[in-house]
Amino acid sequence: MWTLPVLILAVTFALAVPIGLFMAWIFDGRYRAPAWLGGLERRIDTGPQDWKDYAIAMLVFNVAIFIVGFLVLVLQPWLPLNPDGKKMLAPTMIFNTVCSFLSNTNLQHYSGEVHLSYFSQLFFICWKQFITPVIGLCALVAIIRGLRGDRDMGNFYLDLWRGVVYLFLPLATIVAVLLIAGGSPMTLEGNAKVATLETGVMGAAPDGSANPQEIARGPVAAVVAIKQLGTNGGGFFGANSAHPFENPNPYTNFLTCMCIILVPVSTLVMFGRMLKDYRQAGVIFAVMLVLSATTIIWAVSFDSAQPNPALIAHEAESFKIPDLAAETGERDVPWPAVAGLPVDQQLGNLEGKELRFGTAAGPTWAALTTNSSNGSVNAMHDSLNPLAGLTPMTGMWLNCIWGGVGVGFINFFIYLVIGVFLAGMMVGRTPEYLGKKVEGREMKLAMLALLIHPLMILGPTGVFAATDWGNKSTNNPGAHGFSEILYEFTSSSANNGSGFEGLADTYGFNDNPTPAPFAPQWDIACGLVMLISRFVPIIAPLAIAGSLAAKKPTPFTAGTLRTDTLTFGMFLLGTILLVGALLFLPAAVLGPVAEHWGPIPFGW
Amino acid sequence: MSKQLHSTPTLHEPPSATPSPVRTSALSRKASRQAGLFEPSLMRAAFKQSFVMLRPDIQWKNPVMFVVEIGTVLSIIYTIEAALGIANPERLSYFLALDFWLFATVLFANFATSLAEARGKAQADSLRKTRRETPAFRLRDNGQVEQTVSTALRMGDRVVIEAGQIVPGDGEIVEGVASIDESAITGESAPVIRESGGDRSGVTGGTLVLSDRIVVEITGASGTSFLDRMIALVEGAIRQRTPNEIALAIVLAAFTLIFLLVTAALYPMAWNAELYMTGYVGAKDTLSSLGTDIPTLVALLVCLIPTTIGALLAAIGIAGMDRALRANIIAKSGKSVEVAGDVDTLLLDKTGTITIGNRSATQLVPMGDYTAADLGKLAAIASFADETPEGKSIVELVHKQHASVDGEARAAASAKFVKFTAQTRMSGIDLPDGRRVRKGAPDAVVRHVQQLGGQIPEGMQARVDLAASQGSTPLLVCEENRIAGLVILEDILKPGIRDRFDRLRRMGLRTVMVTGDNPLTAKSIAEQAGVDDFIAQATPEAKLAYIRAEQASGKIVAMMGDGTNDAPALAQADVGVAMNSGTQAAKEAGNMVDLDSDPTKLIEVVEVGKQLLMTRGALTTFSIANDLAKYFAIIPALFVATLPWLSKFDIMHLHSAQSAILSAVIFNALVIPLLIPIALKGVKYQAVGADALLRRNVLIWGLGGVVAPFIAIKLIDLVLEGLNLVV
Repeated sequence: MWTLPVLILAVTFALAVPIGLFMAWIFDGRYRAPAWLGGLERRIDTGPQDWKDYAIAMLVFNVAIFIVGFLVLVLQPWLPLNPDGKKMLAPTMIFNTVCSFLSNTNLQHYSGEVHLSYFSQLFFICWKQFITPVIGLCALVAIIRGLRGDRDMGNFYLDLWRGVVYLFLPLATIVAVLLIAGGSPMTLEGNAKVATLETGVMGAAPDGSANPQEIARGPVAAVVAIKQLGTNGGGFFGANSAHPFENPNPYTNFLTCMCIILVPVSTLVMFGRMLKDYRQAGVIFAVMLVLSATTIIWAVSFDSAQPNPALIAHEAESFKIPDLAAETGERDVPWPAVAGLPVDQQLGNLEGKELRFGTAAGPTWAALTTNSSNGSVNAMHDSLNPLAGLTPMTGMWLNCIWGGVGVGFINFFIYLVIGVFLAGMMVGRTPEYLGKKVEGREMKLAMLALLIHPLMILGPTGVFAATDWGNKSTNNPGAHGFSEILYEFTSSSANNGSGFEGLADTYGFNDNPTPAPFAPQWDIACGLVMLISRFVPIIAPLAIAGSLAAKKPTPFTAGTLRTDTLTFGMFLLGTILLVGALLFLPAAVLGPVAEHWGPIPFGW
Repeated sequence: MSKQLHSTPTLHEPPSATPSPVRTSALSRKASRQAGLFEPSLMRAAFKQSFVMLRPDIQWKNPVMFVVEIGTVLSIIYTIEAALGIANPERLSYFLALDFWLFATVLFANFATSLAEARGKAQADSLRKTRRETPAFRLRDNGQVEQTVSTALRMGDRVVIEAGQIVPGDGEIVEGVASIDESAITGESAPVIRESGGDRSGVTGGTLVLSDRIVVEITGASGTSFLDRMIALVEGAIRQRTPNEIALAIVLAAFTLIFLLVTAALYPMAWNAELYMTGYVGAKDTLSSLGTDIPTLVALLVCLIPTTIGALLAAIGIAGMDRALRANIIAKSGKSVEVAGDVDTLLLDKTGTITIGNRSATQLVPMGDYTAADLGKLAAIASFADETPEGKSIVELVHKQHASVDGEARAAASAKFVKFTAQTRMSGIDLPDGRRVRKGAPDAVVRHVQQLGGQIPEGMQARVDLAASQGSTPLLVCEENRIAGLVILEDILKPGIRDRFDRLRRMGLRTVMVTGDNPLTAKSIAEQAGVDDFIAQATPEAKLAYIRAEQASGKIVAMMGDGTNDAPALAQADVGVAMNSGTQAAKEAGNMVDLDSDPTKLIEVVEVGKQLLMTRGALTTFSIANDLAKYFAIIPALFVATLPWLSKFDIMHLHSAQSAILSAVIFNALVIPLLIPIALKGVKYQAVGADALLRRNVLIWGLGGVVAPFIAIKLIDLVLEGLNLVV
């Protein structure tokens, strides 16, 4: 049960060292580009930028790809590579999808094989999956340059080029080839039509013979490779990595699960190399590792090692509720007894799992995909045991364990600044990080970045939970239904994109006669949350780095707070856990915790 | 320095203290300094003021407490509603209890600020008594004296002050020498000597001249003196918030906003639970839990937002200034005290800081044909007109060893004194008979003698080097082109100074000794004292250059100085502490004035600065860490009516939902007055490394902050239950 997660982490860490060093090498520009690329590269480089120029370049570029993405989806019916004749999506769904892939979230209110043509898969999904993680990475590289006191923050376009061409293209090619070898399809042909012996979901022809089954396929390997590497998570198929074409066997499961955190972990090595200070990176790595290991252990223990609480025998119970009509002002509401169901519970909760991968694969993936902002799934998160379902939410609430490519570290940097501020005061000096004083301006920006995440999760969750928008969209009643709403906004705000599912949030094609009633509300709310939660927490830290870069470095003395020690690491860990708990504990209690402790069966 | 001077027998004893208003005020000032933290009179004043501060326009200045005030008003409105029987009449007593404790929270916060202000004000009042209008005798251009009052004095006026009179304003002695009682300012009763021409020429308004007559040039117009500035600072009238305080205020405001959001979002979430539970149990009316009860949510909000630090923040700042003042430091701004906590490099004068007083002549080493008596006479002649402490100590030594030097004194009286300059590095005298007697730095004297064609006695250089290498200062005395011998001046290290420097090193400070000595002597003393670096043969330019070099590498530099020639360096340093005995120029240039003129005071200033930040950091951490326990008390209480199984979350097993919420609110309110002493006294600073300091504070305030409220809330709950105060 524990071999898989331990192996995944170990191999990832081993591979992250050379990749991280390589990343530092390319982003520091210490390579010599081949002549045919070098010319192009020189044309891309618009010269050194300060943090404002860098942020503006980034925003302008994002606006451009937003527009292009929007056009690709709107024009889907008229564009090539559409063998199955996919029609135009509903406008709100296009908005949601464009926001989702622009912000590296890959929240999918659509279902890939149903709603998208191959052209959209390749030139909208796959293309953005290459570019958006690199945008996050560029921001991180710029921040590191600011922290180490470079005169400028580099050039956004050049960094983008380097990240896409030298890092993700080769990495994704290797992974895609391995996936093809593992059995993933890579084709531009339309759905396969197969004659089956028995009548399946396709129904029967009037003569009683089974209708041919349509099997969706396409350029799967290409999409899956970058989906996993770039913390994207938006699958080719609606079932994501639980689908046998995306994830054919345990070996591809191991490979793709490892790819989830490979680049985020490598950024730590890159950070250490670029700063020439591996101790700082080491402390951050240790804090992230503790958090990551905790979430994996928690998820596996509460899911793979325990039966679903719904299946265990319960005594009959009753609870008093106020009832003014009654004499005592109260009356008893009985909860019926439940007998233990005759299900073998040796293997823990198997609902919603792909048994091909083993028992721990689902929760391990669930933990890692939300530690990072990947959001791909190989098991149904909605079916996780309640407390195991808390794992992915916790990962996304903290949003700084490994995290998205670049942005995960940036989110961690916010906690670092807050930790440095508190700890710095406690040693009696103006707080400083890497020799730069952390003052009012930096704290204003850091708190803004910290504020956005809970605002974007709790605000909309509250609105949807109290109205029909949410209550009439959930698949399950009660605390579980609440978790479904909470999860959706958590996933959007963390730019994760995984779904708890169970929400009726799909409109479908524009001419769909029976769309989900509140799909437009979900599309628009999640779309806005994704955009705001993407850009504010990138730009604010960029501004912090810009402001720190402009400060004179203070020399290190015995009175300086050391940020590369075990003490500080522990303090940082405590700060992250405490702040995280204070922000999200009430929501967690109303969702997964209430479901876990609540009487079963709960609801209707 | 001046205190040591005072003990020399050449000065007359001060007249016995005459009862004067100044004396009494000095006593009352001493008394106020010893007053306990919770002196009844101060408490009363603070209590009154804490109600005045409820005015929204004043409360607004503290955003955290302003939110509490608004919340209290909101809660009271719901209470009235309940009292009128419009909604939730059964919760009336609970609402009343909440209102009371929410209101108490605001009051406690205001009380903490008021108490700190009252303590500052008490200090200021006793100081202000010294500033009342006093008669002054202005010296006119024609030499006549006219009587006026202190407030009418302008900058540049010259006043005559005689024994028994009060100095009418800050100024500089231009004529005469006097012993002065500065106890009104410093609280120190031993008189000090102030004289014209040296670096101890500054006098402060309100001090009492005990002996002699001096002419003082007024340097500060009435109302801008140091006293006025200090009074304004401790009264908080010009309380500018320091950069670190502003940064913290931003963080606190942001946390307040975040928790406002968390609490606000809880309302619809609780409503969601009420809706589905109502449906599930088939109740006729919607089930209602405390999760949608506004006063309860206000209580939750108040418990979550950092009220503890929000309440004490202003008090910590004022108390920091107050502590500086108690150490007899007048800071020109709160910022400079805080910057002191960041100091990396301390520039300390050797004299008076590292060594006791000035170097004194301890030995006469005759050379060539000269006897010890001859050498003594020459040295004495050369030093009679020398006002420096070294010069005086030579005369004293000769006086002690060779009985009378009256003849020499008479000879010197009619001679021409040659002043010491940094260029010649010699001083001496041209006697009427034409003999030129010089004493000074060995290399300078040797050059002088060689220029006159004299010989250098054998073994002289070895003797000079020996003395220098031992940390003593050899002075050569010559008569015309003959070297008469050496006068050896010695430094005596202050006891325990090495430990202090060790302590500073552990705090992360580099100490630099500044001395006019030659490098060899300086090195020896530096090694003995254990300083990290030294500036030998320090000229004002050298000091300035050193400070600039340190600052260029990002360091924060503090220095202490007294002389006019220190002014540029004091102005350049990030923390410049001028001695009160020093010249007006020095005092203007620095950003703090040390009333005791105690050169080791820098160390205390640094500690006050560090303590200030540490106290803020510790209480912030404590305040935020507290919230965890409050969640465990409040969350199950909010939902017990709709999701009863959440009582498993109530790990403290509190009596009832209302009791849980009240206990949390009461804890949140009571912790403020309980922490006032910490806020006023400051968290104890220990000179250990930053890492150990962090460990210690995180353990006490972080971990303690998590654990303490669990215990306290449970105890409060038990008391409430025991007294039958809750349902």
